[in-house]
Amino acid sequence: MAARVIVVTSGKGGVGKTTTVANLGTGLALRQKKVVMIDTDIGLRNLDLLMGMENRICFDLINVAENECRSFRQALIKDKRVENLFLLPASQIKNKDALTAEQMVRIVDELKEEFDYILIDSPAGIESGFENAVAPATEAIVVTNPEVPAVRDADRIIGLLQAKKIYEPLLVLNRLRSDMVKKRDMLDVDDINDILAIKLLGVVPEDEQIIIATNKGEPVVFNQQSKAGEAFRNIVRRLEGEAVPFMSFNTEPGVFGRFWKMLHGR
Amino acid sequence: MKLFRDDPSSKSQAVERLRLILVHDRAKVSTGLLELLRNEIINAISKYVEIDEDQMEIELNSSEAKAELVANIPVLKVRRALDN
Ligand SMILES: Nc1ncnc2c1ncn2[C@@H]1O[C@H](COP(=O)(O)OP(=O)(O)OP(=O)(O)O)[C@@H](O)[C@H]1O
Ligand SMILES: [Mg+2]
Repeated sequence: MAARVIVVTSGKGGVGKTTTVANLGTGLALRQKKVVMIDTDIGLRNLDLLMGMENRICFDLINVAENECRSFRQALIKDKRVENLFLLPASQIKNKDALTAEQMVRIVDELKEEFDYILIDSPAGIESGFENAVAPATEAIVVTNPEVPAVRDADRIIGLLQAKKIYEPLLVLNRLRSDMVKKRDMLDVDDINDILAIKLLGVVPEDEQIIIATNKGEPVVFNQQSKAGEAFRNIVRRLEGEAVPFMSFNTEPGVFGRFWKMLHGR
Repeated sequence: MKLFRDDPSSKSQAVERLRLILVHDRAKVSTGLLELLRNEIINAISKYVEIDEDQMEIELNSSEAKAELVANIPVLKVRRALDN
């Protein structure tokens, strides 16, 4: 078994990287895949909170990197709800430079043999934390929001990933609001596709269930009623190679519709 | 195109702004893009005209509405057209 190693990154902060990792990790494990999620956001760890695992951390990524525990197994936290789902938490202490890219590559090499998927949650930015997160990855998911700054940073990140030979990063467009798209006050899926021109893995709507999920420490992908949960379940299936149709958010008229409106004075 | 310009929605403003921003971001980031372009242009047109490479200028300009690649290429000689 050699794991798929996927880094989830964005450039801009707060767009939904950690939310994406928690839900894809959980969703993949729900499909009987063996998954480990690595939080590389040193000093600002969050993934443990989204997973509801914060009280069970003994060792962290830095401890593993510095060989301060017997093996990575001691640091892995096992999920209590789903079989085969593990978290390697970030360190909350020390400075960000405590970790090196070489250490990340070594750790992931060891994990690779025992898992189907290794999902790496990258910190925001394009500095060493980003470099460390990307170093061991062979695939990447770029998360963005339908807003000018987030799309700009996504474009930059795509360039940096390609420079690191990850030529075909996949896009997750998060926090889309169909009401705003309808009023033409938000970039839609076509606009983003046009501008970034990379393969779309999924579109996740703005959904208050995500906040409720974070309150509980239980990823929204468990929630059968949630639209965002459904979006993440679809993304998981696409990652697994299924051709799943995209949920329709694009409620605005296409080119034809616009001409029609013009002809009829709307 | 007109259709687009007349669209005052904030989304179409976002699209237009992003297009311009990314032209500049990408040009800036890919080191030597202009240098590369310059060399390719010289290669392409040297078949037809002899140019003054030292005086050649190429730059990326932008205004509020558009970005444009401006090349100023002094021509020294035009090569004689081959018969036929
Ligand atoms: N689809 C969504 N609907 C509503 N809220 C969302 C959605 N996605 C993310 N959020 C909220 O946005 C915030 C940021 O999400 P998250 O922590 O996943 O982003 P991040 O990219 O990991 O941030 P950072 O760069 O700080 O690591 C959180 O409060 C989260 O609950
Ligand atoms: Mg995060």
